[in-house]
Amino acid sequence: MPPKSTSSSTSTSSKAPVPSKSASSSNALSSLWSAYSKETPARLKLIDAFLVFLMLSGAIQFVYCVLISSFPFNAFLAGFGSCVGQFVLTASLRSQVNPLNKDEFKDISPERAFADFAMGSVVLHFFVFNFL
Amino acid sequence: MAPETVKNTASFIKIVALSVIAGAAIASRLFAVINFESIIHEFDPWFNYRATRVLASKGFYEFWNWFDPTAWYPLGRVVGGTIFPGLMATSGVIFNFLRAIHLPVDIRNVCVMLAPAFSGLTAWSTYMFTREMKDESAGLLAAILIGIAPGYISRSVAGSYDNEAIAIFLLMFTFYLWIKALKQGSAFFGTMAAIFYFYMVAAWGGYVFITNMIPLHALVLVLMGRYSSRLYVGYSSWYAVGTLASMQVPFVGFQPVTTSEHMAALGVFGLLQLVAFTELVRSHVSSKQFQTLLRTAAVTIGLLGFVAVVVLTMKGWIAPWTGRFYSLWDTGYAKKHIPIIASVSEHQPTAWPAFFADLHILIFIFPVGVLLCFQKLRDEHVFVIIYAIMASYFAGVMVRLMLTLTPVVCVAAAIAISTLLDTYIDPQEPESTEVAPTTTSEATGSSTAAPKEPKTKSKESKAPKTGLFGLDTRLAVIFNTFFLMLIFVLHCTWTTSHAYSSPSVVLASRAADGSSAVIDDFREAYYWLRQNTPKDAVVMSWWDYGYQIAGMADRPTLVDNNTWNNTHIATVGKAFASSEENAYPLLKKHDVSYVLVLLGSLIQYSGDDLNKFLWMIRIASGVWPDEVKETDFFTPRGEFRVDEHATKTMSESLMYKMSYYRFQELFGPGQAQDRVRNQKLPTVGPTLDYFDEAFTSENWIVRIYEVKPDDELGRDHKTANAYSAGKKRKKGRVARRRFALE
Repeated sequence: MPPKSTSSSTSTSSKAPVPSKSASSSNALSSLWSAYSKETPARLKLIDAFLVFLMLSGAIQFVYCVLISSFPFNAFLAGFGSCVGQFVLTASLRSQVNPLNKDEFKDISPERAFADFAMGSVVLHFFVFNFL
Repeated sequence: MAPETVKNTASFIKIVALSVIAGAAIASRLFAVINFESIIHEFDPWFNYRATRVLASKGFYEFWNWFDPTAWYPLGRVVGGTIFPGLMATSGVIFNFLRAIHLPVDIRNVCVMLAPAFSGLTAWSTYMFTREMKDESAGLLAAILIGIAPGYISRSVAGSYDNEAIAIFLLMFTFYLWIKALKQGSAFFGTMAAIFYFYMVAAWGGYVFITNMIPLHALVLVLMGRYSSRLYVGYSSWYAVGTLASMQVPFVGFQPVTTSEHMAALGVFGLLQLVAFTELVRSHVSSKQFQTLLRTAAVTIGLLGFVAVVVLTMKGWIAPWTGRFYSLWDTGYAKKHIPIIASVSEHQPTAWPAFFADLHILIFIFPVGVLLCFQKLRDEHVFVIIYAIMASYFAGVMVRLMLTLTPVVCVAAAIAISTLLDTYIDPQEPESTEVAPTTTSEATGSSTAAPKEPKTKSKESKAPKTGLFGLDTRLAVIFNTFFLMLIFVLHCTWTTSHAYSSPSVVLASRAADGSSAVIDDFREAYYWLRQNTPKDAVVMSWWDYGYQIAGMADRPTLVDNNTWNNTHIATVGKAFASSEENAYPLLKKHDVSYVLVLLGSLIQYSGDDLNKFLWMIRIASGVWPDEVKETDFFTPRGEFRVDEHATKTMSESLMYKMSYYRFQELFGPGQAQDRVRNQKLPTVGPTLDYFDEAFTSENWIVRIYEVKPDDELGRDHKTANAYSAGKKRKKGRVARRRFALE
């Protein structure tokens, strides 16, 4: 999946503002990328792909709002809020099922985490549709 | 006993205790209903009651889109978009539920009994909250304390059908769910916290307290280096769902993204995303230099975000603090700029005796509980500490916010007392060095694991020499604590029955022989209005009585307790502060047909309109500084007088004339006495030309005047009255009339 991986790397570089030390940072970034692709299980990669998609969708909506119009402000908020909300819920799911965090979430099995995620999403989208 | 039996007995005792606590909480709120009757008490609840009646009789959609043409007479009020509908919706649901199970209870009784019922739930949610802080015994103790603490009872007696009635329950339950979400790192509890936060937003304007407490807690945890993925999960799910949910309430609207009060939550949300991302990257890369790089990146982005918020606020994209919240920080602000906020007695600073009266011994134990939280300092204890500090500050600034302080005082005091009792009830004797360790196992089955522990401990290291020896010290401390708790209960009951259980609609007075008399002038006057005036007669009064007139007299009012239009209130203030000639056209323009004033001079009722008159003048002079001047109402020596030294402006003002019209006739000549202001009134009372006295209640508390219609012959009323009184011009004098040519 080449397009996803490129977008993912751009998002990371945009988040870490390191323009001056380009040589060392690109080095660090590439090592980060290799470490990421090597260590992360496939399931988490799938979640990450979804996260990147949500981020892009939110960014497009935001750019549209800034450049063209924010007129139905509730519609913008609903759409953008659904992206952000879904993003953080998915990110929560990711950190809950991450095997590295097992000792932090003692009470929560991956199945329970997924059920929580589903419930949170349903509630979120109920409010989104009500607000749209 | 088997551990199974112990567990069962404990849970049985717990259930019994909780239901007894709920029963006590409900029972201690019923003084007003039993002593007087089951009615709605103060001013605000009358509006809530009226809105609930609309909801119950016409259905939810009608209520949601309700436009009330009778409030704020010429303007009207869009009720659906200017209230927090949670309270009405709750009692509407209860009402319909009781109907469905064939218990047709009157909606008024649902409204009256809502607050006591929810206080039972508050006790339960405080139990749950404190259980997360310490253990179940502390939870039960906290439930007892909040069940009867006067600071909370004052806002939730039966009949006070106000937003706070359900808000404190929602506050505690939201906090409980937040703590649970933080502890477990569960998105489920985060979402539940968001849902209850939504309910809270729908119920009370004090939800802003939650939106700032939770982010503050999260921020402090991050700054203490206690960031964890659990924090991320709990906070993000709460914020994402809760913010979208809170925007569904029409009164709140887009405020969560556009006003300064909500920016802390947004900022912490952004910060947590950054921190989470940093942590994620750090888990993949171990390079030290890279860590610091990301750390600085996170700090710079955080600072940039902060600057962005500041710039946006400066530019006006984000609305600055509203006056009500701003006056919490700059305590002199309201008095200078918005007199209408400062004029409310609930918005004054709190005096020390009020803390003691509302919380009794808890106020002394409260700091100890906070200190104990510092000693343990788990993540959730940080919350209690922050809550305690913030709420103490706010309660010191405003009397009204004592209500948000009370729960945390109860929680902290429960932690302290239960720690004390844990220490002193524990039958474990600390072994002194010469005593053999076997004697210590006199612990009779209270815990099975306990006797083993000290043995192993004493083998490894020398037993501590300090500790509690003997029964006497324990008993002394335990009895003392027990005694204090007993006094606390007595104090709570006394305060509740004497201070907080009087309906302001009915005044209770006590005659010299001890028999009590009820002064029921308000309802007398309101029912006179209801039955003897046309349905569309507009009544003008000061805004305090707007809701009661609309609720009891069912007549349109000019202004009411929802003070959203300051100019309109100032108009009413100006009408009361100006002379008859000037007020009459003003009232005519607003179609006023009745004017209602309160006078407490006869029976020493101090909350009357003459005592509020200065605020009317101040509010009016804020809008018309040239026409209404505060200094005109003071004597040259700067006194506010109503006797013969009163200034001309004062004695000619509409308020003065309406208050004292025919008042002198009650007394012998020269005997007229104002019992509230303790001044002797002038011998000759004021006359009214433009108004007719329509009704005066039994104890002269409520006086209602009718605005005269225009004179048939087109004269002004002053000349007309002078003519009919037979005051002729002097004989032989031909009046030279000078009129402008038309």
